[in-house]
Amino acid sequence: MSNAHAANKSVLWDWLTTVDHKKIGILYLISGGFFFLVGGLEALLIRIQLMGPEMTFLTGDLYNQVLTMHGTTMIFLAAMPIIFAFMNAVVPLQIGARDVAFPFLNSLGFWLFFFGGVLLNLSWFLGGAPDAGWTAYAPLSTQSSGHGVDFYVLGLQISGAGTLMGGINFLVTIINMRAPGMTFMRMPLFTWTAFVTSGLILFAFPALTIGFFLLMFDRIFEANFFDANMGGNAIIWEHIFWIFGHPEVYILILPAFGIISEVVATFAKKRLFGYSAMVFATVLIGFLGFMVWAHHMFTVGLGPVANSIFAVATMAIAIPTGVKIFNWIFTMWGGRNRFTTANLFSVGFIPTFVMGGVTGVMLAAAPADYQYHDSYFVVAHFHYVIVGGLILGLFSGLYYWYPRMFGVMLNETLGKWNFWTFFIGFHLTFFPQHFLGLMGMPRRYFTYPEEFQLGSLNFISTIGAIGMTVGTIIFVINIIVTHAKGEKVSGDPWDGRTLEWAMPNPTPHYNFLQTPLVRGLDALWIEKMAGNKGMTPAEPIGDIHMPNNSILPFVMSLGFFIAGLGFIYINTAGLPALIAVIGGIGIGLVCMFLRSWIDDHGYHIHKEDLLKENKGVDA
Amino acid sequence: MDVGQRLTDQNFPESPEKATLEGKNKFLGFWLFLGGETVLFATLFGTYLGLRNSFGKGPEASEIFQLPIVFIATMILLTSSLTSVYAVLALKENRVKAMRGWFFVTLLLGVAFLGLEIYEFVHYVHEGHTFTSGAFGSAFYTLVGFHGGHVLFGVLWIAALLVRNSGRGLTLYNSPKYYLFALYWHFVDVVWVFIFTVVYLMGKVG
Amino acid sequence: MLGLMGCGNPQLSALQPQGKGASALFDLMILSLAIMVVVLVVVFILFGYVLVKFRERKGDDTIPEQVEGNHMLEVLWTAIPIVLLLVLAVPTVMTTFDLAVSEKSAEESKDASGDKEGPMTINVTAHQYWWEFEYPDQGVITSQELYLPVDERVNVNLSSADVIHSFWIPTISGKMDTNPGDKLENKMWLHPEKVGTFQGACAELCGDSHALMYFKVKVLEKEEFDAWIESMKNTKYDDAPSQVAEGQKIFENNCLSCHAVGDKGGNVGPALTGFADNEKVAGILEHNKDNIKDWINNPQDIKPGNNMPDFNFNEQQLDALADYLLELKTAE
Repeated sequence: MSNAHAANKSVLWDWLTTVDHKKIGILYLISGGFFFLVGGLEALLIRIQLMGPEMTFLTGDLYNQVLTMHGTTMIFLAAMPIIFAFMNAVVPLQIGARDVAFPFLNSLGFWLFFFGGVLLNLSWFLGGAPDAGWTAYAPLSTQSSGHGVDFYVLGLQISGAGTLMGGINFLVTIINMRAPGMTFMRMPLFTWTAFVTSGLILFAFPALTIGFFLLMFDRIFEANFFDANMGGNAIIWEHIFWIFGHPEVYILILPAFGIISEVVATFAKKRLFGYSAMVFATVLIGFLGFMVWAHHMFTVGLGPVANSIFAVATMAIAIPTGVKIFNWIFTMWGGRNRFTTANLFSVGFIPTFVMGGVTGVMLAAAPADYQYHDSYFVVAHFHYVIVGGLILGLFSGLYYWYPRMFGVMLNETLGKWNFWTFFIGFHLTFFPQHFLGLMGMPRRYFTYPEEFQLGSLNFISTIGAIGMTVGTIIFVINIIVTHAKGEKVSGDPWDGRTLEWAMPNPTPHYNFLQTPLVRGLDALWIEKMAGNKGMTPAEPIGDIHMPNNSILPFVMSLGFFIAGLGFIYINTAGLPALIAVIGGIGIGLVCMFLRSWIDDHGYHIHKEDLLKENKGVDA
Repeated sequence: MDVGQRLTDQNFPESPEKATLEGKNKFLGFWLFLGGETVLFATLFGTYLGLRNSFGKGPEASEIFQLPIVFIATMILLTSSLTSVYAVLALKENRVKAMRGWFFVTLLLGVAFLGLEIYEFVHYVHEGHTFTSGAFGSAFYTLVGFHGGHVLFGVLWIAALLVRNSGRGLTLYNSPKYYLFALYWHFVDVVWVFIFTVVYLMGKVG
Repeated sequence: MLGLMGCGNPQLSALQPQGKGASALFDLMILSLAIMVVVLVVVFILFGYVLVKFRERKGDDTIPEQVEGNHMLEVLWTAIPIVLLLVLAVPTVMTTFDLAVSEKSAEESKDASGDKEGPMTINVTAHQYWWEFEYPDQGVITSQELYLPVDERVNVNLSSADVIHSFWIPTISGKMDTNPGDKLENKMWLHPEKVGTFQGACAELCGDSHALMYFKVKVLEKEEFDAWIESMKNTKYDDAPSQVAEGQKIFENNCLSCHAVGDKGGNVGPALTGFADNEKVAGILEHNKDNIKDWINNPQDIKPGNNMPDFNFNEQQLDALADYLLELKTAE
């Protein structure tokens, strides 16, 4: 059966059918990166409109569409997939696994995300994008005319299903597939954060799934969940959205914490300070993440008792977060810190995230939030934690793991330019926004009168946005330059500490020739300090079981994409839409059926082939 | 041993559904999936509780609910859970025929439940309690309908499993599939117990 | 930190509180900021020290000591934040209850003012994209400009006629959402402490013209306020002076079904009683004849998505209408 994967099909076919976590990671990275550029362009349009008072560059409904798509794209189509890119590329390697638990599901998850994202963005070309904000509060979202919000609901529903699958997949992978000796308390912190994030996805996304169904039923099938005239209640949407939405914030930031922990420790040449406290803090943040959703709703009128409880619970999150900050600083303390681009992004993250964190505590003071809420103060806060936190973390991870993912190293000079323009641009953009909010500028405003004296800070903010744009362009140039040169690097270019650096470059598609034996935290570092050349294998070389590629995930996702389009137009396009719905779901069900019907036992790479392939390489 | 090979009484492992890594992964993954499903239904229940007294233009819950028929449906579903337990017991002992028989009974009971539910919905619609008659109607049909959809999916699933594996014995490849179906079926059953209590009993009491 | 005070436009900025609510919030903001600045300073000093002291030097290839952790330190940086947060949590909870409208707090304010009737109530209804203010006990309805007596507590009931909006007067108090549906009516109180005109805004995305949903708040001395209420009450829809009779006729045929004047008219659009004294046209334009004409002529250009239809009046009709509207004064 070993010829099942024979590579005489085209390259495109290979990528469409791949179930290899490393390739799926790259697919996630490329599509997430593309959507990041789209979302960034939307942000730039917003900043141009707000550059001065009473501008008319982008107003009214079109502005609302751009701001909605900026938020939605960045959260669901850029940040989440890039996180999944790293989880795919790194987690199985870090725990010494051959693959993820469900390779087929992994591929399905990616294609669902991809088609969902494409569906959502098609709205730009089909009569207008969603315009009710990324939070889509009812009844604004149920009353919004046109099909924009329908695209939002169906697009995100499809991509959300993919995310949920990814979450379950990584939970099982991490629980069941760790190499011998890789106990939970020896797992690298990135794996830990991926683990907790996956758990949050599992328990947060189903709430959103239901929320989207309710919104869809209200919009398309005339249900009355949010229509006050028929007994509906619009606040239910807010609760459902934030029961998902707040854990989502931690879904985003925890992996960034993980990346920072890996990078700071590696470049300080020190073990992570207070590892067990870090793990505990991660779990605690994940847990508390489910207890605080109503702090997004302090002004909704839940009453003083609820507001007080949620205020105090929210403040409590500052404690484990603070623990993390100090642990990073003390990891660097006494170390030999080398400021590569990856480390610059990580080190830049620390003060930036602290600033976002302290405004978070200020926002947690419920009554003070009556002033901050829905003002530019909040905009500044969440961009400090999401851009200053997550995006800096993702850049760091990208520079750090690029050699692992692609076999080449990003240019360091360009990287430093990338960092400084982006970093300075970021602070220039968002620091003034704190003051704009306090001075009375509500968020999601497309204009402001001159007399309100909001012009100069807005102008500075726009200049900063241009800085971030320059940084991003430099980054894109860096990628092009790096791949044009194509200089291969060794498998361990940073003198790494964890298992993902314990293999040759490029990574063999079966990952580890022999599953490694893990003897402690920072498994590779331990072997290096013991004077060993690499990991000690936990098994002799033998046949390796591999999953078969499959086109079914792609086709199934395409089916749901078609069905989604059908649902969007079911009230306006009549029969063709109905055919699309039935046909699309039919395609999906047939694929599921085929998956269930056709026995798929995978194939084995035989020992002899492995030995031949690895001749000369230390086995 | 090849995972596709028919198990005999001699090489039959203690838990065939968890004897391979794939089986273990499926077992754990499915439990986690059910955890997610719990949140899904919890959200639906929460929504329903928030709207259960907002009848809009439709009739009130206590006027229309027909407890006898719902009670029969409940009994059918509970029994089907029991038959799926017998099926799993047979699975663990490699009694293929008994297992398939019990799963087939489970399937029939599932179909019967669906028939009753459809009959009940048709009846309600005639009474003016529809999906669009008010917030209560929307919440009711969404919650109960989601459960019904799960039953339908389960029926299709076990039907496909039984047809596909007819004439085949238990293998390390198909026993996790049977086992997961049984897990799923229990979950669907437990959800129904909550629906019976929260929707019907509380609705009748008012 | 003190530099924060006096920032921005004094009619709008939350940093220049002019009412009891906003002052309480400002104090809480300053307290939280002070605590947070302490945290920031500590972290930044440690961080800066590490950056300078422990960077890699050329030729140094020693392996640093692999420290696992330090219990003393870890307990310290868990315990101190807990204390700091407690310092913040207590006033937070107290202010939360102070700002809420409960039966008890209404009683207390009644006693304090010695006023048997208790605080005045105003019903605020948000519409896409304008504000309606009803003084139910006085039988007065106005729109776009909220009149308040100084140094007096006023209870506000908030609701919405369409989507969710949020009622925000940064200088006087924090914001609160206006939700659709009777079940979701919100209550808050306002207590302005200074006479003047302040800016209010909608703070929850509500559609195309969310950014244009401003309103003015006029805080008056008690006597002036009472006089205003009286004159509003006494204003009747009656025959206009002859020079604007033509405009009144156009108004009656086209506008009155939605816009109330005095005791007549619908309530689909903003009430126009006393319109001549308004500070703004449609809440955003400078109040003059050209802007009135412009607004009537192009409502969708000025506030996209609002519910005012385009009547295609000719220039002469526009003139007449604007002249009439500029005569809409309250009774003496």
